[in-house]
Amino acid sequence: MSSMWDQLEPLLARVQKPARYIGLEDGMGSPEHGDGKVSWLLTYPDTYEIGLPNQGLQILYEILNERDDAVAERAYAPWTDLEAELRAAGLPLFSVDTHRPAPDFDVLAFNLSAELVYTNVVNLIDLAGAPVRAADRHGADPIVIIGGHAAFNPEPLADFVDAVVLGEGEEVVGEITEVLHPWVAAGRLDRESMLRRLAAVPGVYVPALYEVTYHDWSDGGGIDSVVPRFADVPDRVDKRTVTDLGDWPYPKRPLAPLTEVVHDRLSVEVFRGCTRGCRFCQAGMITRPVRERPADQVRTMVADGLARTGYNEVSLTSLSTADFSDIETTVTGILSDRTASSPIGPSGDPIGCPTTINLPSLRVDAFTVGLAGEVSSGRRSGLTFAPEAGTWRLRTVINKLILEEDLYGAVESAYSQGWTRMKLYFLIGLPTETDDDVLAIAELAKRCVEIGKRYTHRASVTVSVGGFVPKAHTPFQWFGQNTRDEFGRKIELLRTATRRAGGVNLKWHDPAATTAEGIASRGDRRIGGVIERVWRAGGTFQEWGEHFDLDLWTDAFEAEELPLDWYVFRHRSDSEVLPWAHLTAGLHADFLWDDWQSALAESGVEDCRWTPCYDCGVCTGYGIEHVVASPVAPAGGSQGTGQDLDRGAAVPVELVDRHGRERVGTSA
Amino acid sequence: MKLRLRYGKLGKVRFVSHRDGARLWERALRRVALPVAYTEGFTPRPKLGFGLALPTGAESVAEYIDIDLVEGADIDPGDPELISAISAALPVGIDVSIGAERAASDASLQEDVTSTTWELYGPGIDAAGIDEASDRLLSAEEVLVDRVRKGRSHIDDVRPLIVSLGPDTSGTRLRAELVTIGRALRPSELASTAFTGIDPLGVRVLRTHQWIEHGGDKREVLPLAAAIAHAGRGSA
Repeated sequence: MSSMWDQLEPLLARVQKPARYIGLEDGMGSPEHGDGKVSWLLTYPDTYEIGLPNQGLQILYEILNERDDAVAERAYAPWTDLEAELRAAGLPLFSVDTHRPAPDFDVLAFNLSAELVYTNVVNLIDLAGAPVRAADRHGADPIVIIGGHAAFNPEPLADFVDAVVLGEGEEVVGEITEVLHPWVAAGRLDRESMLRRLAAVPGVYVPALYEVTYHDWSDGGGIDSVVPRFADVPDRVDKRTVTDLGDWPYPKRPLAPLTEVVHDRLSVEVFRGCTRGCRFCQAGMITRPVRERPADQVRTMVADGLARTGYNEVSLTSLSTADFSDIETTVTGILSDRTASSPIGPSGDPIGCPTTINLPSLRVDAFTVGLAGEVSSGRRSGLTFAPEAGTWRLRTVINKLILEEDLYGAVESAYSQGWTRMKLYFLIGLPTETDDDVLAIAELAKRCVEIGKRYTHRASVTVSVGGFVPKAHTPFQWFGQNTRDEFGRKIELLRTATRRAGGVNLKWHDPAATTAEGIASRGDRRIGGVIERVWRAGGTFQEWGEHFDLDLWTDAFEAEELPLDWYVFRHRSDSEVLPWAHLTAGLHADFLWDDWQSALAESGVEDCRWTPCYDCGVCTGYGIEHVVASPVAPAGGSQGTGQDLDRGAAVPVELVDRHGRERVGTSA
Repeated sequence: MKLRLRYGKLGKVRFVSHRDGARLWERALRRVALPVAYTEGFTPRPKLGFGLALPTGAESVAEYIDIDLVEGADIDPGDPELISAISAALPVGIDVSIGAERAASDASLQEDVTSTTWELYGPGIDAAGIDEASDRLLSAEEVLVDRVRKGRSHIDDVRPLIVSLGPDTSGTRLRAELVTIGRALRPSELASTAFTGIDPLGVRVLRTHQWIEHGGDKREVLPLAAAIAHAGRGSA
């Protein structure tokens, strides 16, 4: 009944890429609103192209629409041209499914994948016609909920949201719906008691129910305490985790868009969680334990998804897909299923092009390259690895235990099998990093090109360098981020070192953006004022280079009289109350601190999936465990587990000799 | 064997670009497991031929696609079940109306189509304006329009590109047949030329026919039964 399509339609003739606002995707439900149903507007606070493929949003969309008491539609941030048209016409944010205005929904739920979208969240609450600050919302205003990885330190957004979901949403969205049901049925009146009931749902954090007090700036300025305002509000909120991914074969009806999006292919999640233990990696820390999807379910989901969408490419997603126990048989199975379901030509052969399997987030070793070779159909052009640090020493600090010999072995194996371009991801600004560590990145890249030249004159290596932003709930949460100038200096070191290196291309992330990410990553509630100012000054789409402006952020800090250096560049101490201390992903604070100390001592830990538990706290605390089909580490246990780490820094002799000097970082 | 299908693009889906439309067809044809022929090489592509691009935002009841099938394939192109299966695999608003076998000797749509018929309507277009514009443009010796080609401004005489011009049966829409050879006259350009001060972005556009004319013999690519041809009219 309530569609604003007629008002929206004339505006779409005036904006870029109007197809991103029309919905109609394969897999779109036919949401039916009705009395007593809690209506959710699942909103991705970035463009449709980025948001549509998001699996979390697709999963919750389906789960909610399967319920009798809920209905869900989707919204994405309108690009600036449409936003201007909407505001000029006095129209609000809308769903793409039925073009229903956002104010008609009971819940505005945001999926947050990155910190720089925070200003978009505020903007979209405003565009939905609600007051941006939770304290100013009353009566008919919708409830604003956030979730996703970037909601694990929600404090910078605490003043704008009504509730935060920590962890996986599959189960909790239903529990929230049940709490909201009477509130909605009664006409969305008594907000206060509804929020109190929400706070009782495990995994749900209601920021307004906690009082945060601070020390004077003369006394350090940190948090003094975070105290629940009422006795029935929990002291600490734990994340939610589904026990078995096999119980949740979603999305069953994947969305295939009508216009091009960033991941324009089918995605099937093969496992969740990662215990490689990379200390910089928030995703690996907050999604524990490892829960593999049964291999036959993966195969069924791939076959169904391909048939349903007509895609001929599938991504098997996880944080490290080569670690999936049954990866080889799964890959073989998918390829043969596809052949079996292809139309058979008159010659008796299946016709059409074979399914392409995409394996993101691969380990660095020869097994992985073999796997990549198995699934690549067509031209072998680029292959991506993420060593993250240039020296073995620094890799032991970050616990990304890739031996030098594995790294060069993988590269050699790739070039020898026909790949011509490598892309290598590194972080700079890691704890204990020296200039030698940074320069080693250039050295490593040059060696890779040297290996490649033995196989092809076209061999090239793209080095992609990102600035490290310490994240909440990781062992590096106490570390002071490098300054913008320091990042600039290190990038300059690399530019100089690679300038005359044939075949090495250097790319880097804007250090100014890294600073802004650092503000949001570990900010407390006082950062809310900064976010609101940046938004009011027009600072939306800060993830986008053409819209990002660090001056907006530094000006806002000045206006709020807050010290940017204190928030971003300062090392924290053991005794400090971190802004997210009352929220947990299940990792013991002691474990995180001890792991931070082990990092500084250059001591690695093994993957607890295949080796004894070191009690990070997640499995024991939540009474859950790893769901892993194979009891042993794959392919001889590369990346640390079961390897002789004393040999970690050993460089293949021919590479050392060629350069006439010993590798930086090898033992003296 | 080669197929030629006629389809419509009506409603919300009018905002899908020509390029995105091609991707939709690839997925839809895989879903119905039509034995489409693929190109050779590292990255095999289905052999599909699309006709003249429809501007993003325009609707149509006269779009065409040519599909090459694998050698030896034997498909009844008029099979209603096939037609409805393909329509079902395409997004809401894109529906196949007719299928036919395309003779191996037939030229591509791009080469063959000589003119297309459009209907223009919306704010700024009324019966009086349509009559005035039709008389003025059709009686003119030349109609000079400033158009941008390859980044440079050109004054073109577009009068030879206008085959016919006048009201539709309701009198509220401007119906125009425009030549498609060379740099064609776009519906939006026609609107600006015909109606002074009109906002071309507010004009609604519907393509109703594509014509092939050879040596005085003029025919529609694949003609529809009259009842279907007017199906698009209701969507305004």
